[in-house]
Amino acid sequence: MGKMPDGKARTSLTEDALRPDPNLPPTAVDEAVLEAEERKWTPAKIAVWAAVALLGGVAWFMVAIIRGETVNAVWFVFASVCTYLIGYRFYSKIIERYITRPNDRRATPAEYKADGKDYVRTDRNVLFGHHFAAIAGAGPLVGPVIAAQMGYLPGTIWIIVGVVLAGAVQDYLVLFFSMRRGGRSLGQMAREELGVIGGTAALIATLLIMVIIVAILALVVVNALGESPWGVFSVGMTIPIALFMGVYLRFLRPGKVMEVSLIGFVLLMAAIIGGGIVADTEWGAAVFHLDKVTIAWGLIGYGFIAAILPVWLLLAPRDYLSTFMKIGVIVMLALAIIVVRPEITVPAFSEFASRENGPVFPGALFPFLFVTIACGALSGFHALISSGTTPKLIEKERQARLIGYGGMLMESFVAIMALVAAISIDRGLYFAMNSPAALTGGTVQTAATWVNSLGLAGVNLTPDLLAETARIVGEESIVSRTGGAPTLAVGLAHIMQQFIGGTAMMAFWYHFAIMFEALFILTAVDAGTRVARFMLQDSIGNFVPKFKEHSWRPGAWLCTAVMVGAWGAVLLMGVTDPLGGINTLFPLFGIANQLLAAIALSVCLAIAAKRGTIKYLWIVALPLAFAAVVTITASFHKIFSPVPAVGYFANNAAFSRALADGKTEFGTAKSVAAMEAVVRNTMIQGWLSVIFVVLSIIVIITAFVATVRAFRNDAAGAAHTDHEDPAVPSRSYAPAGLIPTPAEREIMAEWNKLPPDLRLEKSAHH
Amino acid sequence: MNAILEGFRGFARYFGGVLGADAYAKYLEHHAASGHAEKPMTEREFWRDRTDRQDSNPQGRCC
Repeated sequence: MGKMPDGKARTSLTEDALRPDPNLPPTAVDEAVLEAEERKWTPAKIAVWAAVALLGGVAWFMVAIIRGETVNAVWFVFASVCTYLIGYRFYSKIIERYITRPNDRRATPAEYKADGKDYVRTDRNVLFGHHFAAIAGAGPLVGPVIAAQMGYLPGTIWIIVGVVLAGAVQDYLVLFFSMRRGGRSLGQMAREELGVIGGTAALIATLLIMVIIVAILALVVVNALGESPWGVFSVGMTIPIALFMGVYLRFLRPGKVMEVSLIGFVLLMAAIIGGGIVADTEWGAAVFHLDKVTIAWGLIGYGFIAAILPVWLLLAPRDYLSTFMKIGVIVMLALAIIVVRPEITVPAFSEFASRENGPVFPGALFPFLFVTIACGALSGFHALISSGTTPKLIEKERQARLIGYGGMLMESFVAIMALVAAISIDRGLYFAMNSPAALTGGTVQTAATWVNSLGLAGVNLTPDLLAETARIVGEESIVSRTGGAPTLAVGLAHIMQQFIGGTAMMAFWYHFAIMFEALFILTAVDAGTRVARFMLQDSIGNFVPKFKEHSWRPGAWLCTAVMVGAWGAVLLMGVTDPLGGINTLFPLFGIANQLLAAIALSVCLAIAAKRGTIKYLWIVALPLAFAAVVTITASFHKIFSPVPAVGYFANNAAFSRALADGKTEFGTAKSVAAMEAVVRNTMIQGWLSVIFVVLSIIVIITAFVATVRAFRNDAAGAAHTDHEDPAVPSRSYAPAGLIPTPAEREIMAEWNKLPPDLRLEKSAHH
Repeated sequence: MNAILEGFRGFARYFGGVLGADAYAKYLEHHAASGHAEKPMTEREFWRDRTDRQDSNPQGRCC
């Protein structure tokens, strides 16, 4: 199997020219040895994989087929983990064999561009954690919660199958192709591979998509903190805590990252506990009881200031805190679910799975479930992280599979846990919390009456349950707390209190969950604003060169203001929307995210085609086709649907007509001003959908053209222009996977025997 | 007892790596290995330089 099935040698010409240093031990496992190791199925190996497959099969059977009264959450864990293991072991190896074809004899950018600062060889397991912390945030915690409206099964299947065949494939390919190009960004790769038109469309689309994503993440925070003095206080305290950490690291004890993170963590816990005490006092409740519009303006002001402050003061320390919390919380949640093993009473398919008028998000299961859950199954935003930072740190080419594909599987697991937490709460409670106030009426009585009127099987919600739940989590009300975060927080508190602390700790766990979600989101808002500002500066710089100077203050401030203004406008639109912002805007978030995935996969398709992978191009084409069909269909629904709840323009027309008829209230809008707001908002949302879909179609078409050209070139036997960095022979070795294989151990032993002056600095230990 | 302590140290080292706490140590290693003539930056200078460079090279954080 030294050759590709289509007769091509597995290593290209340039790579064959790689002459290893004869004084050094091998820098890669010999192809034949590797092949033999992979082909050899010992009885133990067969038994392990048979057991994994069997357990996974049983778990899927319990989750998907058996229709008992309840299903235990532990089956979700087994079904997902076993599927991930099989996907990682078998499917990602197919991608490696036929598409990426890594060559460990070739140096990675971290080796040939090593500068000790940005390009640093990093131990694969450390980098796995680092990459995971960069890609996973609030997204996988929110989408699955909202999608639970349809029942647990559609979401579960999409998260698990979607990640194996789409999300992880995208992350792995982008990471690998960017690594071969010295860590170039997605935008640069799009420009090179798709030409000026495709590249420009990709750039504009990326910029717009970032605006939407930041705005909607901010909306989730605003919804979680509105009218919640405890939440406002504790999340607000993260700002002085981060400032303190920044000053500590800059002036007091530079470089003591672990130490300052621990201090920050203790302060954070104090802020959560303190928040409860403050919110109980009269002045505290008065000062920190803010309505959503005020919080939104606060967030906009904060976003601007945070993006122009130096990184060391706010962004870097909060990033440490956020990473610290991320890893800790996820490990804790996984442990809690395995220990507590909650029983799930939610049906596999809810009444709303076959309708398109769900109160949490409107639209039919296809395509809207697939855009509601973006992060965790297929997230285009990851392409921006997988190109750029991580490729500059990777040690060996073969490790890209563990970090890219494996890292995304991990995020998917987070999404599954969020789903489990959300569906472990009472179903009536779920709908009371996630439906807009326009439907629930906002009080416990009206909400209970409305939920019971939905005619959901097994749901009998009492006003007492709503009031009691609000009381034990330390909130005034939990009715219509849309956005996913509060629901997840209640679910998590419900699970965690059984693990540690009992009901007395419910309020703490609830606000702990709100705190970490807000922390992730604020970090994403900051970083997103900054990245978007630089993209804007570079774009304007093509016309006004002065803007390319990143240190030019007026340019930086102006571009920051433009970006903050853009996402701020969308945020305010969502906050003041009489229809309930999440309900109208969340689909736009998912569509934007997956259009970005379609763009990233288009770039990968063109690159893979140029590398002569014609026969196995379906591996890239399959997720691309799915993402394209889902997002374009969803966009068309949003643009052309005659149902006002689904189509932006249909809604716009309905409200315009009502205004023209001289009505003073219509549907959920109770005043003329509110009706005018709906008309304005739906027009903007509609046009945003149009722009997104047009840009994405342009990118997909240019990628298709590039792919066909590659096919023709291939048929004519012409050479492809290849944008990879020139191959440089590697002078180091590190194993590819989590656990080194026997052959890898042998090579590692040889390297360890080498005199230190012949070795590159060792990166396995630091 | 020693095994537990070692395990804890290993975990702390891993966690520190994920946070990027070992960046200066790795910079020194690189500096020594590449045989630069000039002296390496001090710890304080290194961290200043690192965050100041991030000002113009922001790293994305995902949703």
